Amino acid sequence: MDTSLRAFNALLRRDLLLAYRHRGELANPLLFFLMIVTLYPLGVSPEMELLRKIAPGVIWIAALLAALFSLENLFRSDFEDGALEQMLLSPHPLAVLVLAKVLAHWLVSGLPMLLLAPVLALSLAMPERAIRALVLTLSLGTPLLSLIGAIGVALTVGLRRGGILLTLLVLPLYVPVLIFATNAVTAASAGMPIAGQLYFLAALLALALTLAPVAIAAALRISMG
Amino acid sequence: MWLFFHKLASPKHFYRIAGKLIPWLGGLTLILFLAGLYLGLIVAPPDYQQGESYRIMFVHVPSAWMSLFIYVFMAALSAIGLIWNIKLADVMASSSAALGAWFTFLALATGSLWGKPMWGAWWVWDARLTSELILLFLYLGYIALVSAIEDKRTAARAGGVLILVGVVNIPIIHYSVEWWNTLHQGPTVTRLDKPSIHLSMLLPLLIMALAFQLYYFTVVLMRARVEVLERERRSGWVQELFPDGSLERADVMHQQHSSPVDLP
Repeated sequence: MDTSLRAFNALLRRDLLLAYRHRGELANPLLFFLMIVTLYPLGVSPEMELLRKIAPGVIWIAALLAALFSLENLFRSDFEDGALEQMLLSPHPLAVLVLAKVLAHWLVSGLPMLLLAPVLALSLAMPERAIRALVLTLSLGTPLLSLIGAIGVALTVGLRRGGILLTLLVLPLYVPVLIFATNAVTAASAGMPIAGQLYFLAALLALALTLAPVAIAAALRISMG
Repeated sequence: MWLFFHKLASPKHFYRIAGKLIPWLGGLTLILFLAGLYLGLIVAPPDYQQGESYRIMFVHVPSAWMSLFIYVFMAALSAIGLIWNIKLADVMASSSAALGAWFTFLALATGSLWGKPMWGAWWVWDARLTSELILLFLYLGYIALVSAIEDKRTAARAGGVLILVGVVNIPIIHYSVEWWNTLHQGPTVTRLDKPSIHLSMLLPLLIMALAFQLYYFTVVLMRARVEVLERERRSGWVQELFPDGSLERADVMHQQHSSPVDLP
């Protein structure tokens, strides 16, 4: 167990270091997130009342798509330079290693989105209560998106045009997260309690934390043959 | 008993046993379909509220049931295939996907046809409709994944993982969507103590459900037989079955067709 923990830490540090060395790429999902949200006032209407009404959905859908596109490269470079194969061959449980990779990915892509979201929420005229709920749901929801999405990434890692396929596989699985999160934000802006929705998201996160790494590991073993 | 299952899992015996079963299953399906349609469309009285248009239920409800049954059945088959490494389970699972997707589509299409006179709209964002639509997406995602991977063995195993992830998610999706919005009429059959549906309507519905079930098994066995032949085309027993070499020619064509680039 101790050595697995050390491997977990080492892989986490390596991935964070790699991300730091390519810091230019870190901004891409954030820009994507920002731009999708910007398209809504342009495409729907700049009217504040309407924007306030659709804001939870807009921000959550943008976060969902940004998370999905940033995930696409989760295993790509490791697959291309052979590091992934070494992970499969290593004596440590693959599920633990995979969890480290997903955590590193969330720290560099999910967490910045969490910090950017309140600013975007203000631009869509969200009330303060709703912004608090938005940040809470995002902090429970984005790790969920990473964990579920990573299963799809692991299944499509060896394929040449995996991108569009990944969205087909993963988006239906994102539906419950989207429903509970946007519902919580909408309820919060109406002044209603949101504990129920948050507990549900937390339960989903606990479920995903325990089961998704196993599924990701199994999927990786299959894709790598 | 176990010997029977063991034999069934070998492609050669499966091919033979399935070939013998298919005419019987097909005949029974036909009889049940005729009986169910006769009872449902001619004998059953019109509904006091919905008039004649409720009769679409005799297709709609069984296909909705089948859409769920096939997904769960595929999950069970995938689990068997992944755990015990039984090729035949993979074959059955991947042969089921298209059927499941069609049943899901049929349930959505008939629901839409029924919804127009009843709700006044072709489509409403009702909970059950939406979860059925998401089920269709899950099927289509599976089919897209399996057809994207060249190696059939890998494709079936990858699809199996996806199906198992999906089957864990289906109840979550269902209840989240239900909680999100519901307009659909409540279940009328599953309340076994006192179903709120009259026997003259329930009987054709159950016969139709059985007919759909048998139809599925008939067609999936036919599809699985073809799939088995294709996968085993180089093995001895297939060569014996087709001694004139017609499969060999198909094999060559298949290779030319599918992988012109990957030649070593």
